[in-house]
Amino acid sequence: MTESATSKLLNGDICHRTSNGKKASKNGFVKDHSLFEQPQKYRRPRDKNQNVPHNSSLYKKPFVESFEETPLWVAVLTYMGYGILTIFGYLRDFLRHWNIEKCHVARERDEQKDFVPLYQDFENFYTRNLYMRIRDNWNRPICSVPGAKVDLVERVTRDYNWTFEHTGKVVKDIINMGSYNYLGFAENTGACADAALEVTKMYGAGVGSTRCEMGNLDIHEEMEQLVARFLGVESAMAFGMGFATNSMNIPALMGKGCLILSDELNHTSLVLGARLSGSTIRVFKHNNMQSLEKLLRDAIVHGQPRTHRPWKKILIVVEGIYSMEGSIVRLPEVIALKKRYKAYLYLDEAHSIGALGPNGRGVVDYFGLDSKDVDIMMGTFTKSFGAAGGYIGGKKELIDYLRRHSHSAMYATSMSPPVAQQIITSMKIIMGEDGTTLGADRLRQLSQNTTYFRRSLHEMGFIIYGNEDSPVVPLMLYMPAKIGAFGREMLKRNIGTVVVGFPATPIIESRARFCVSAAHTREMLDTALEAISEVGDLLQLKYSRREQPLPSLGWMSEESLLQD
Amino acid sequence: MFQKEVLFCFFSQAPAYHLILEGILILWIIRLLFSKTYKLHETYKLTEKEKEDLIEEWQPEALVPPVSKDYPTLNYDVVTGPPSHKITINGKDCINFASFNFLGLLDNERVKQKALASLKKYGVGTCGPRGFYGTFDVHLELESRLSKFMKTEEAIIYSYGFATIASAIPAYSKRGDIIFVDEAACFAIQKGLQASRSLIKYFKHNDMEDLERLLKEQELEDLKNPRKARVTRKFIVVEGLYINTADICPLPELVKLKYKYKVRIFLEESMSFGVLGDHGRGVTEHFGVNIDDIDLISANMENALASIGGFCCGRSFVIDHQRLSGQGYCFSASLPPMLAAAAIEALNIMEEDPEETHRLTFKLYFGFVFLYSVHNKLSFGICLKLVGVPVAPALHLELERSSGSRESDMKQLRSVVDYCMERHVALTLARYLEKEERFLPPPSIRVVVTVEQTEEDIQKAVACIREAASALLIS
Repeated sequence: MTESATSKLLNGDICHRTSNGKKASKNGFVKDHSLFEQPQKYRRPRDKNQNVPHNSSLYKKPFVESFEETPLWVAVLTYMGYGILTIFGYLRDFLRHWNIEKCHVARERDEQKDFVPLYQDFENFYTRNLYMRIRDNWNRPICSVPGAKVDLVERVTRDYNWTFEHTGKVVKDIINMGSYNYLGFAENTGACADAALEVTKMYGAGVGSTRCEMGNLDIHEEMEQLVARFLGVESAMAFGMGFATNSMNIPALMGKGCLILSDELNHTSLVLGARLSGSTIRVFKHNNMQSLEKLLRDAIVHGQPRTHRPWKKILIVVEGIYSMEGSIVRLPEVIALKKRYKAYLYLDEAHSIGALGPNGRGVVDYFGLDSKDVDIMMGTFTKSFGAAGGYIGGKKELIDYLRRHSHSAMYATSMSPPVAQQIITSMKIIMGEDGTTLGADRLRQLSQNTTYFRRSLHEMGFIIYGNEDSPVVPLMLYMPAKIGAFGREMLKRNIGTVVVGFPATPIIESRARFCVSAAHTREMLDTALEAISEVGDLLQLKYSRREQPLPSLGWMSEESLLQD
Repeated sequence: MFQKEVLFCFFSQAPAYHLILEGILILWIIRLLFSKTYKLHETYKLTEKEKEDLIEEWQPEALVPPVSKDYPTLNYDVVTGPPSHKITINGKDCINFASFNFLGLLDNERVKQKALASLKKYGVGTCGPRGFYGTFDVHLELESRLSKFMKTEEAIIYSYGFATIASAIPAYSKRGDIIFVDEAACFAIQKGLQASRSLIKYFKHNDMEDLERLLKEQELEDLKNPRKARVTRKFIVVEGLYINTADICPLPELVKLKYKYKVRIFLEESMSFGVLGDHGRGVTEHFGVNIDDIDLISANMENALASIGGFCCGRSFVIDHQRLSGQGYCFSASLPPMLAAAAIEALNIMEEDPEETHRLTFKLYFGFVFLYSVHNKLSFGICLKLVGVPVAPALHLELERSSGSRESDMKQLRSVVDYCMERHVALTLARYLEKEERFLPPPSIRVVVTVEQTEEDIQKAVACIREAASALLIS
C-alpha cells in the first residue's frame, strides 16, 4: 500500500533525488509531464488543493487542510444575487443621473469640472452600489484595548450608510473575534504595558530620523538581537511598518533579470514589493506544489523570455498562514523544491509568527524544520506581539546588505521606541525569558482554543476553510446579502466579527473570518459559537454536506494512516 | 449529359502516364491537407535528459552580493537614550543637528503625558487594519483635527510616513495616466510613481518653463488624439519644501499652470508642514494659496509632529477614495493609538502656540545666517557651500568642488561629521540609495535647525563646522 501510495504522489521523491537521479527522474518527471500536458478539465483551485496527494514523507504530523467544494445551488444563487445587485445598481445610477434619487457621492469642485475625471464611472460602481449597502460592517470604531473583549463606539446612519453619526454611547464588551490578537498581547496592563510606559517616559513617542542617519536607537539594536535569537537566525532587522517591510525590501533583493514565483493569494504588500523590484513575476496556484515545480522547471529550462538568458536568481515568495484562507503553507515541500532547484525562499510569517508551533516561532517551528533553510524570514509584530512593524531575519550577509540597501533603512523614520519595547517584552515572555510560563500558557491556550473552535464549527455543519491548526478561521457565507446580514446579526449578539467579500476574496466566496486568540476563555468561545450557530440557522449558512466526523473521503483516511 | 461525355473522353483519350501523374498529385494534395501543420517549436523540444542537465547546470547568483566590511553605514551610529535636543551618539553627548524634530516636540512633557494616557487606555498595538476593528476613536479624532488644522474637508492617516505619498499617488494615477514630476522629488514620491505604472515626465527642478514646455507638448499630443486625452488623467507631483535641495516649490505659478493645462497638483509637505506659514500649515499658507486649489496634500507626522505616520488631506471627493484604494491604508495595521494621541497633542501645541513656529522661523533665519557665514568666510579657495533657502529647517552643506569621485567626497564629508561629533555637535550625512535614485543628489551633510537649539548652540556648531572644514577640507 505504501508503494502504490508513494508512486501516486507527484514527485514523491524530491528529497531522495540527488542520491539516485535516474530512477527519480523517471518516476517523478514522466508523471509530471503527463500531468501537465494533458488538457486539464478546469477545476477550481480550491478543490484541487484538497485532493492533491502530497508528500507525506516530508511531514512529521498529519497535514489536514480542507476546502470543501461550493455546492452548485449555492454558487448559482450567489451569482444571481450579484446579478440582481448589479441590475439595481444600474437602475439607481440611472435615477441618480437624472436627479430622481438624491446622490450622496462627493462631487468634484465646480472649478475643476472640465478636468479629466479623477475616477472613471465604472471604477466606483461596486463601491457605490454594493459596498455602500453593507458598509457598516467595516471600520467600526473601537474605544478600548483590542483584546478578547472590545468596546465599540456606537454609530448610526440616517442615509443608508452614506454618512455615520456617533451617538456618543459606547457598546460595551463585544467579544472580539476580529483582531489579530493571537497571543493576547493587546493589553493595557501587565509587563508589556509597564515596560512600554517606562520607555515612553524616557524616549518619547517619535524618533525623527532614519536608521542610517540619526534614528538608530539602542533599543532598536536590542530588539533586533532578540528577534534574531527568537527566530534562530544569524541576524535580523526591524522596520516600522509590516506592509513596508515587504514592499520596500523585496526591491532591494531582486531586480531585472530575476524571477519571483509568488503564490496567487499572497498579500498585496508582497505583490507590490515584487512589482517595484522590476523582476519578472510568475504566479503559482495557491499552495499547489505541482504548479510551483512546473514554474521552476520551466523557468530554469527556458531562461528569460525572448533572450533565453538564464535567470540571475529565482525567489519563491510564500506566506506562513494565508489570512483569508486559513491555510498553512506546505513548507516542507517548498523547502525541498527550493533546494532541488536552487531557488531562494521568502517566507512571510505575518500571521504565523507567534501563532503557530510549539514554541510560537511560526511555521518553521510548526513543521519542526530548520530556519536556516529559509533564506528570508519575514514577519510582522502587529499581530501576535501586539505591537507594530515588521522584521526580516536571515544570514548575516543578508541583513548587512539590507542595512545598506533597504529602502526603509535609508528613507523611512525608524520604529517608535515604545513599540520596540512592546516587542521586546512580549517576545521575551513567549520565549520564557521572563522566568515565567506565561508565554507557554498562552501558546497552549491558543492551540486549544483553535482546535475547539474549529471542531465546533465543523460539527455545526458550517463550511470552514483552512488548516485545522490555523487560528484564522474563515466561515463561508457565499451570498452577498449574507455578508451584511451576518456581520449585523453577530453584532446584535455582541460578537464582533470580520466579514469579507469581493475583491478580497473570489467573487462567489464571501466569508466571515474569526481570529482565535489565547485571550479568549472557553466561556467566550462558547457564547460566540452559540451565537454563530443561531445566526447560521437564521441565515441558512450550514452548507456543509460532509458526513461527520471528518474526513470522509477514502484517500484521505488512507493518507492520514500513512502520515501517522 | 454533355459533361459526362467530355469527362469520359478525357479519361479514355488521355495517356495513362498522365492519369497516373494526376492521381499522384491529387493524393499528394490530400496528404498535405490532412497532415499535421508544421510546428516550429517542436524542433526545440528538449528531452527530459537535456532538461535535467540544464537544471543541474544552472547556478543562481548569490542572494546578496558580498559586502565590504569597511563600508560606514554597515555600522549605524548608535543613539543611547532619547534622540532629542541633547543626544548621546556612540557614547558621546552631543547637541542634535540631525533629527527632524523641528518643533522640539519629541520630548515635550505634554505630548508624552498624552501618549502615556493613551497607552494606559489602549495598549500599544492595534492588532488589525482600519477595516477590521483597527479604527480607534483617536484615529478619527486625529483625522478631524488634522483636516480642521489644515482647513480642508477631510484627512486620512497612514501608519508610516514613507507609505503615505507612496500609496496616495497610485491610488489615483493608473497605467496610461501622466505624471509631471520635479527631478528633485524625494524617494517616497519616486516609489509612488513607480507603483502607479503611469507615464512619468520629469521637469527640471523648480523650472516652471520646463514644466510648461512639457505641458504644452502634452497638449499638442492630446489634440492629435482627443479620445484618449479625455480619459488620461494628468498630475503634477511636487514637494513643498524639498528634502533633497532645501528649497521651496513655486506654488503660485504651479497653480496657474494647473488651471491653464487642467492638471491636478499633489503636494508633499513632510518638510514644510509645521514649519512654513504663520500657523505652520505649510507651503500653501506660506504663499497664501487657497488650499482647495491643491488636490492633495500629503505630509508625515514624523518630523514637526514628532510622532509616527503620515496623513493626506484635501477635499472629500479626493481623499475618501484612498479609504478603499490606498494600499498602505487598507492593507496595513493602523497607527498605534498612543502615537495618534501624541500627534493630536503636538497639533494642540502648534495650534495654541503659533509662537512656537514663529520662534522656529526666527531660528531658521538665524541658523541660516550663521551657516551662510560659514560659507562666506570659508569660500576662499575651499570648500563647503550651503544649499537651501533661509526658511528651510534642513539645509545641506555640499562640497564647493567635488573631487570627482562620490566615494572620496563622502569620505571627506564624513570626516567633517566625525570631527564635529568629537566636539559634541551631531550632524549626519544625507543618505541616499545611490543606484536607486532617479537623479542622485550630490553628497552633503544635512544640518537641521530646530527651535530647541539656542543661539549659542548654533554659533558653536557653526564654529565647529568651520574648524572642521578648514582643518580637513583644505588640501
